[in-house]
Amino acid sequence: MDALLQFIFSGVTVGAVYALVALGFTIIYNASDVVNFAQGEFVMLGGMITVFAHQAGLPLALAAVLAIIVTAAIGVALNKLAIEPARGAPVVSVIIITIGASILIRGATQLIFDKQLHRFPAFSGDDPIRVMGATILPQSLWVTGGALVVFAGLWLFFTRTLTGKAVLATANNRIAAQLVGINTGAIMTLSFGLSAAIGALAGVLITPITLVSYDVGVALALKGFAAAMLGGMGNPKGALVGGLMLGLLEALTAGYLSSQYKDAVAFIVILAVLFVMPQGIFGKSSTERV
Amino acid sequence: MNTTINMPLAGVMALAALTGAAQAEIRLGASVSASGPAAFLGDPEGKTLEMMVELINEAGGINGEEIALTLYDDGGDPNKARTFATRLVEDDEVVAIIGGSTTGTTMSILDVAEDEGIPFISLAGAISIIDPVREYVFKTPHTDRMACEKIFADMQEQGISKIGMISGTDGFGASMQAQCKEVAGDHGIEILADETYGPQDADMTPQLTRIRDTEGVQAVLNPGFGQGPAIVTRNVAQLGFEIPLYQSHGVASNAFIELTGKEAAEGVRLPGTALLIGDLLSEDDPQYQVVTDYIAAYKAKYDQDPSTFAGYAHDAMALMTDAIARAGGEDPSAIRDALEQTSGFVGTTGTYTFTPEDHLGLDQSAFRMLEITDGGWKQVD
Repeated sequence: MDALLQFIFSGVTVGAVYALVALGFTIIYNASDVVNFAQGEFVMLGGMITVFAHQAGLPLALAAVLAIIVTAAIGVALNKLAIEPARGAPVVSVIIITIGASILIRGATQLIFDKQLHRFPAFSGDDPIRVMGATILPQSLWVTGGALVVFAGLWLFFTRTLTGKAVLATANNRIAAQLVGINTGAIMTLSFGLSAAIGALAGVLITPITLVSYDVGVALALKGFAAAMLGGMGNPKGALVGGLMLGLLEALTAGYLSSQYKDAVAFIVILAVLFVMPQGIFGKSSTERV
Repeated sequence: MNTTINMPLAGVMALAALTGAAQAEIRLGASVSASGPAAFLGDPEGKTLEMMVELINEAGGINGEEIALTLYDDGGDPNKARTFATRLVEDDEVVAIIGGSTTGTTMSILDVAEDEGIPFISLAGAISIIDPVREYVFKTPHTDRMACEKIFADMQEQGISKIGMISGTDGFGASMQAQCKEVAGDHGIEILADETYGPQDADMTPQLTRIRDTEGVQAVLNPGFGQGPAIVTRNVAQLGFEIPLYQSHGVASNAFIELTGKEAAEGVRLPGTALLIGDLLSEDDPQYQVVTDYIAAYKAKYDQDPSTFAGYAHDAMALMTDAIARAGGEDPSAIRDALEQTSGFVGTTGTYTFTPEDHLGLDQSAFRMLEITDGGWKQVD
């Protein structure tokens, strides 16, 4: 029994990491139908900048805020310098641009910072919390809480605010959106800035658990992307549920079947779900709502 | 107009290249993985090679001739490594090659070295590099199998006979897992649980819970490098294991203690080299001089501690220049013969004695069993 609880704790921890990354995909996707493959790099930047700002003497909280602001600025710059000039290009071309951007960011990080692994202290210490024989680290609660807060914020943003609806309208039909007075250029800038900030926040929260180096972004983006696809791309609820499902699947497979097959089982389940529901679990309702 | 100017210029440049080559210098080649996934190996290795060539030349070179080092970064890609090895031999006309940070890149360079008859010292771990023995190929790092044997010998002394293994699925972890399973029986060690994790995984508590719940497990062994072993160590502390945790030489660095945190790392045992405990060595230790000199020089130049991997490059360069000095010339096959006659050469990794049957030349004594206590290292054998 305590073993099952331990597997669930592990699954929730890992799942919340995936969910946070997946949530970052939603805004840009909702604004432009583009899957931003530089999202993992935003997560990495959040961790790396915090590490180095903290080492330079800033308090951890200030370093984290600085990392989020700098990363958001990089997101905006990415939109201005690479995405906007390619306006009118097919979605696939823009996706390829984001892949190029991710390689550039990785290379630059490696040169500006270094190639080593880093970590900063957990926010509330490393003493595990014991629940019926199983243990969970306080940082896992921070990550899970962070994922829930970002989810709630995004859900309110897309359903309750005019700006959020303008983002959805921009994706749906850019010309029509302009005709009703939406500044689509500003919406794109906003969506890249927000996505980057969410990515950086994810990086700040998960680094004490997963550690960070210049090349962690790729694997994170891949798992986050899988989680977003499973839950339904563009839907915050899908990102949250998809991430947690993926994490729990991996942990339970590693715990009860075999750790050799945990990635395989997770991806087989994703394939099976997408086979039945090509839009992902919550994908359809979101595209119809607009 | 342009062509008339360029033609003689090209001629002058070719002439300059010729005279440059005619000057007395010994051309050495190297290809390491200074970027890419194996950068943590190749980066300190490349830095070490450059630093040593500088130091040797400042001290007057080998038999009065300066060393000219051509250093390439293969990014961990075996295809690039092959291209660079060919370029080193054909264009740069080197007399010897050092490099191959990973087993993959080593295998590429090794073919070229064997075909062209150029002595090559590899910096990679796999036993297959020197077994079977190849005429021109040597290596400085001990093999994974030796690390397993060192760990199992220590377990035997502690009266441990039943263990659980949790290994990374990266190249290093998978190779060492296989080697350890092969030699476990020779040391009376029974592997009751055999778990794995992906190199980028964020949490290993499910695998460790399985090991903990396996009846009779007396110790945990974790072959791997990168963030995996750091996360495993933190998870072991989180789950409150009462049995000892053994890590491999793959994480033998101070950075490992920083990543896991002092509390989680307490009591972890691993086989490491003298380089790791430079400040703990007694002055009559045979490796004292070479280790402290190297650490001081590296720290002065790069402002950080050299890693175990950097030490492999140090030893390769030291062995190669020693052999060139004894060969007394630039004939690759004479250098090879001198290399093979190396006997009792003290490096940072251990004491090397090459023979026609043994192109690694290290024995078990090269490893020291270390335990992490209070955020630092303690030798326990």
